[in-house]
Amino acid sequence: MSAEKFQNPVVRWIDHRLPVFSMLDHEKYDYPVPKNLNYMWNFGVLAGLSLAIMIITGIVLAMSYTAHVDYAFEAVERIMRDVNHGWMIRYIHMNAASFFFIVVYIHIFRGLYYGSYKAPRELLWILGVVIFLLMMATAFMGYVLPWGQMSFWGATVITNLFSAIPVVGDSIVTLLWGGFSVDNPTLNRFFSLHYLMPFVIAGVVVLHIIALHRFGSNNPIGIDASGPQDTISFHPYYTMKDMVGIAVFLLLLAMAVFFFPNAMGHPDNYIPANPLQTPAHIVPEWYFLPFYAILRAVPDKLGGVLLMFGAIAVLFVLPWLDRSPVRSARFRPLFRIFFWLLLIDAVVLGYLGGKPAEGIYVVLSRIATAWYFLHFLVILPLLSVFETTKPLPKSISEPVLGASKGAA
Amino acid sequence: MMKRVFAACVAMILTGPAHAAGGDVSLTERDWSFNGPFGTFDKAAMQRGFQVYREVCAGCHSMKYIAFRNFADLGYNEAEIKAIAAEYEVEDGPNDDGEMFMRPGVPADRLPSPYPNDNAARAGNGGALPPDLSLIAKARAHGPDYLYSLLIGYKEAPASLKVPEGMYYNDAYSGHLIAMPQPLYGDDVTYADGADASIEAVSADVTQFLMWAAEPKLEARKRIGVAVVFFLSIFVILSILAKRRVWADVH
Repeated sequence: MSAEKFQNPVVRWIDHRLPVFSMLDHEKYDYPVPKNLNYMWNFGVLAGLSLAIMIITGIVLAMSYTAHVDYAFEAVERIMRDVNHGWMIRYIHMNAASFFFIVVYIHIFRGLYYGSYKAPRELLWILGVVIFLLMMATAFMGYVLPWGQMSFWGATVITNLFSAIPVVGDSIVTLLWGGFSVDNPTLNRFFSLHYLMPFVIAGVVVLHIIALHRFGSNNPIGIDASGPQDTISFHPYYTMKDMVGIAVFLLLLAMAVFFFPNAMGHPDNYIPANPLQTPAHIVPEWYFLPFYAILRAVPDKLGGVLLMFGAIAVLFVLPWLDRSPVRSARFRPLFRIFFWLLLIDAVVLGYLGGKPAEGIYVVLSRIATAWYFLHFLVILPLLSVFETTKPLPKSISEPVLGASKGAA
Repeated sequence: MMKRVFAACVAMILTGPAHAAGGDVSLTERDWSFNGPFGTFDKAAMQRGFQVYREVCAGCHSMKYIAFRNFADLGYNEAEIKAIAAEYEVEDGPNDDGEMFMRPGVPADRLPSPYPNDNAARAGNGGALPPDLSLIAKARAHGPDYLYSLLIGYKEAPASLKVPEGMYYNDAYSGHLIAMPQPLYGDDVTYADGADASIEAVSADVTQFLMWAAEPKLEARKRIGVAVVFFLSIFVILSILAKRRVWADVH
């Protein structure tokens, strides 16, 4: 049907047999996008870009890497010193990992603020949480590969968590390690899985996008598009808007890679792994710190592990905890206050996760952890019942046309 | 809203390196030539620093990841590098008789280590292991300032503190008790270029050399970085202009 759209006879010939051009055409021009998306909606594309950067640099790094406890650290140093532009590839991989998490955290908080997890986008949200979990596993295993002190001890602490599981815990840990301590088999299986997982993520990303395109993007005012006057085509409008985000993202990434390449890393990881010497403070990568704080807030090991995984588990059921029919925080004055409190709480947890587990830090971690769960399990269900929301505009076009009220 | 989210991100980024700092020590910050986006190494200082390493530090500390050929970065030419390498004896082999043998170094060799293994190093240093120095400037928080502060940080211990046998008091070391005796006192080496050999100058020179050893691609990184950031800044401006043009007809 659409083959006639293409001028180029080769394209027309291919498209008749393999309708990839029609498909792209459909996504570019026919797929309606609300016309009021702000720059917060850049972060999905940026996450995809981050994944692509990670996969490309990772494949190149793997060409010069050796997954063996005796050679891994040296292999990374060879990449840094002797491989042509190896330092650049590795610094991009290191820093883009952090940027990936920054982007995804903003993407998640955007979803929280604008109620993007609500019906009919529950599965879209849940697939996103699955991607987040896979990312965490991938990043954790990737951090082990340089086989520095923090690699080794981080791997030891995190894999040991599974021993808290009753009955089968110790067997699971032995399986993760491939032996009775973090050693060469651990490094080998982590390398294998670290190479596999990004492609699993890419697969879930495809599902995430299929789910997204079923109902299209949510938007800042959170009401459905009522007709063609509320939407515009993806191209050129959002391709151009995404381009701005991509340009800024690349600029910031370049600044980190070329001027502060180690700012988000830990100096101890430039010391080769030594199973006989424990670092003064074992800290995970910064993007795990909020969860690490929750883990350490609980005096009981199993309790800590359950709460840490619980912190992500609540995200899976979020669409059913927050039952308010109004999506966007713009029309939910109380929810908005609690949203910012949650964001502050998450940053505080991240700060506490990097501090030693002693004195006032433990007390604060417990308060912040309690608040995190209180927000999702108590405040959100209560708000859905008791909050008085502001009146919603009739359509997307209405507030866009009458934009004199000022953005929230 | 966007501004607040970005502020939160910046806060999160800043908490990252914050946990690395020692806490109970204060470091002397120096204005190193390699600081800043246009920073470069000071070749003369690195050459002097290498001399300090070779005549003082190398008695105990290895630099396993550094090869003689890398000294091209210090401003030595090929003949000079060959001459420096030839002053070292390195172990090679096995030869046709199955024996290991010693031969003069060549540029492709890495710097020979003072001890054959970690146990020998511990045995020679009262049980303490002198760390390899190849990456030391990146393996410590605030690397160069820390190394410099450590080298000039040996002081008389306060009367309240009892310094055990084989330990030394140092201002910059976390916990203040370090197993390394004071390595530099000033005038430890005689510089061929007649440069200042006070303890501060010698410490700064060897720090410059160690920073290069840890991050040998620093100059290339910053040079490329300036070009990339310049290019991407223009890309940002152009993409904003293009976006505005495209969106002009949307109401």
